[in-house]
Amino acid sequence: MRAIDPHIHMVSRTTDDYLKLAISGIHTVAEPAFWAGFDRSSASSFYDYFHLLTVTEPARAERFGVRHYCWIGLNSKEAEELELAREVLAIMPEFLDRPSVLGIGEVGLNKNSRNEIRVLEQQFALAVKRDELLLIHTPHLEDKLKGTRIIMDLILSEPGLSPGRVLIDHAEEHTIKEIKDNGFWFGLTLYPNSKGSPERAIDAVERFGTERICINSSADWSVSDPLAVLKCANEMRRRGHSEVAINKVFYENPKEFLSQCPKFRAG
Amino acid sequence: MAPVYQKMNASEILELYFIENRARLLDIASFLDRIERYEGADQAKADYRYQAFLHAVDLLRTSGAERTVAIQLSFSDQSSEPIESAVGLKAYGAWQGGAP
Repeated sequence: MRAIDPHIHMVSRTTDDYLKLAISGIHTVAEPAFWAGFDRSSASSFYDYFHLLTVTEPARAERFGVRHYCWIGLNSKEAEELELAREVLAIMPEFLDRPSVLGIGEVGLNKNSRNEIRVLEQQFALAVKRDELLLIHTPHLEDKLKGTRIIMDLILSEPGLSPGRVLIDHAEEHTIKEIKDNGFWFGLTLYPNSKGSPERAIDAVERFGTERICINSSADWSVSDPLAVLKCANEMRRRGHSEVAINKVFYENPKEFLSQCPKFRAG
Repeated sequence: MAPVYQKMNASEILELYFIENRARLLDIASFLDRIERYEGADQAKADYRYQAFLHAVDLLRTSGAERTVAIQLSFSDQSSEPIESAVGLKAYGAWQGGAP
């Protein structure tokens, strides 16, 4: 089968993982800018990271026949320091213009603080000004429900943003309905220990349908699995769902959402 | 002609998932026993996360067909006001303000 992983952090993965993706049927990936596991000390560190996302990773992926796209943004975990945020936002447009960049992401909230919200509003303003797609990071664990609601309120009160051009990621059982009812796309993340399992993800597909859902591995430097989307597809298959429905969830849906950026071509 | 793909019924779901979920249940029991067995058990059992965990276990039997959402909500911060600063804070998996 073919699949797209719409959220994977290949900068944290080995070259061997590109080969695994390619031979397993994942020929297109999208990589959001994220927290690297440590707080960066300056905007120049972000500059180098954005260069890595837009130049180095596409070249590394291409050697294995994988199309690599990315999102540029300031993650919420490093958004508490407003001066650093101002400097990072100032360099973002240069990278957003690059040919493999799909939009602004993953941006959102971490602990739902006032500074995180201020920085997120600034990134929303940039998205409106440039008509960019948005990939939203929702907070972890106990902070997810509150943060998801704050983020949706911010977007829905901004007339320049359309929910159909926003994917709210890391959704879970208690946030999916509100996200979908408000017209957004939503993402489910397959993390072995801390987020969703393939079984729960397919439960969500069965409960909420196959529309506007994208399932991702979010594989990174922590406990994660770059082939998780294919294992999840297999979970859907073993419950007796049709190949048409499986293909929609794991290939056609991410293709449809990401294709709203004219730079995107699915492999 | 029968369709190639046929969704399972509830008995088939039970058959498919019973053994692995039996093991998960035993992992949870063993986790709680481990806390009980180690020094400082009383302090650990007074922790809001332990209390939230036991409350969630209760919800397994009391919240009908919406168990997953009920447990997610029981662990969640359901306030709506932003916090003043996130400096030094992280997520713990349960909300201290929501302790039963």
